[in-house]
Amino acid sequence: MSKILVIAEHDGSKLNPATAKCVACASAIPGADITVLVLAASAGAVAAQAASIAGVKRVVTLESPAFTQALAAVIAPAVVSVAGDYSHVFGPSTTFGKDLMPRIAALLGAPQISDLMAVESATRFKRPIYAGNAIVTVECQADSKVVATVRTASFEAAGAASAAAPIEALQLTAELPTHTRFVSVTAARSDRPDLQTAARVVSGGRALGSADNFKILYSLADKMGAAVGASRAAVDAGYAANEMQVGQTGKIIAPELYMAFGISGAIQHLTGIKDARTIVAVNKDPEAPIFEVADFGLVGDLFQVVPELEKLVGQKA
Amino acid sequence: MKRILVSIKRVVDYNVRIRVKPDGTGVITDGVKMSINPFDEIALEEALRIKEKGQADEVVAVSIGPADCQQQLRTALAMGADRALHVQTDAVIEPLDAARIFKALADREQAMLAILGKQAIDDDANQTGQMLAALWNRPQATFASKVEITGDKALVIREVDAGLETLEIDLPAVITADLRLNEPRYVKLPDIMKAKKKPLDTLDLAAVGVAPTERLRAVKFDPPAQRSKGVMVKDVQELVEALKRRGLA
Ligand SMILES: Cc1cc2nc3c(=O)[nH]c(=O)nc-3n(C[C@H](O)[C@H](O)[C@H](O)COP(=O)(O)OP(=O)(O)OC[C@H]3O[C@@H](n4cnc5c(N)ncnc54)[C@H](O)[C@@H]3O)c2cc1C
Repeated sequence: MSKILVIAEHDGSKLNPATAKCVACASAIPGADITVLVLAASAGAVAAQAASIAGVKRVVTLESPAFTQALAAVIAPAVVSVAGDYSHVFGPSTTFGKDLMPRIAALLGAPQISDLMAVESATRFKRPIYAGNAIVTVECQADSKVVATVRTASFEAAGAASAAAPIEALQLTAELPTHTRFVSVTAARSDRPDLQTAARVVSGGRALGSADNFKILYSLADKMGAAVGASRAAVDAGYAANEMQVGQTGKIIAPELYMAFGISGAIQHLTGIKDARTIVAVNKDPEAPIFEVADFGLVGDLFQVVPELEKLVGQKA
Repeated sequence: MKRILVSIKRVVDYNVRIRVKPDGTGVITDGVKMSINPFDEIALEEALRIKEKGQADEVVAVSIGPADCQQQLRTALAMGADRALHVQTDAVIEPLDAARIFKALADREQAMLAILGKQAIDDDANQTGQMLAALWNRPQATFASKVEITGDKALVIREVDAGLETLEIDLPAVITADLRLNEPRYVKLPDIMKAKKKPLDTLDLAAVGVAPTERLRAVKFDPPAQRSKGVMVKDVQELVEALKRRGLA
């Protein structure tokens, strides 16, 4: 039997959808016995949400005011204090998980599988390397713990459980460091869907030319109920915020629809969108590599195409 | 002496189109261009800027791997690192062992800061910095896009999914560099000449007290699944009709 500990990601009140994807990944391990660990200042609401995910056997909680923000250096020793009985410790491949899980792995003396994309057995997994240009199958030792970050774009979120799993509050015994202190977070609040989980994403590249021009994409996105993404070039140039970056070093997403406007299709960008169900590319260069992965390609000037598109979408045929 | 350790990993250049060997035993790396991992270049640039502001005295570039890594260390010296340490080995070094080696060197060098790239673009693991911080029992500020040192503390802005997070950390600490931290300087010819005279010390694994362990075995390499080629549409009208057929518009 594999005893799997999944570390919940949340904002203090809401469970991040990435957690249900980690549970889905863990469920793919034969004989999985899944526990979700919630670390929070006050864990109740998040624990209840975790307990209602199908496949979760139990939820355990650790509470401390020190967990108000998810600081890896503070959380890791607490996770390690309860990880003893588990064969696998999973977290999502979000910036939360990427920051935290290696710190846990090192404290456990365990290897980490980053961006776990497929489960072959309790000890054999697949993950992408070289910006997704190769997939490696790795085997870990059966007697060793294994830590992983789960590539959320590779898994459908686990559904709702018919009956909620039991929740148990654990006593915090670990000593938590104070050398790392949260100061602030600036997040552009928006009413648009979250880029990481949106069903539709409208995305712009360097060709947009300015932050102001990006407004045509926001307008189209709002009509379509889509989130807005960007290439690295657009973010570097200051046209879009950093959290909008899609790709190897940004967000890896798997929406139903991804629409790329004025994005050339560099490998580092494509690795972030390969799991999209339908890809649309609009580029004025017929040779742009983005067309090689697009389901529907349109050669044209985005400044003409986007407004026209906005008029036609949502209209009855 | 206030010292900054910087990771310099030798990797396949990011412009190379990687292909998997037909027999699935690895990727083709023979004769391809090798470079400093781009994130490590950014890490080095940041260390140099901290030193230039008078907040550190020495920047030490560290590479782990075969003899050829010295090419990348020479480039790091030409960029401005004061000296280089080459931990020479032909073994596969997993991130946890790389972190152990950095930990040994951080102790030996009494480092005030270790700056590493947030990930290497070959294995894309994104682990070593965090693991080093854990073993060293020091703070970590990963995915940094701005670093400000004041006395024995650093204020670091991090790129996180939600936006930008600011942390205050006590030194010594580990920082991992994200793409927007800075733009690395170009190396000029006279610097390359000067770099030849800078110290580059070679150590073996025994000297740092780390015996590499194989915890993860690469069983097989496959090319990624290919998306089937789609169709070109002639205008917006046709595009919208295609999307409507899929229930997407
Ligand atoms: C280590 C590393 C990591 C990276 N990580 C990422 C990442 O996570 N995400 C990412 O996106 N990139 C990443 N990159 C950068 C990547 O290599 C490319 O540089 C980047 O994706 C290019 O962005 P772009 O397509 O917007 O710009 P460009 O490549 O400049 O393409 C602009 C495109 O717009 C088209 N165009 C111009 N005008 C118009 C118009 N009026 N109408 C229609 N089309 C027009 C052009 O034909 C061109 O194809 C990374 C690079 C490195 C080295």
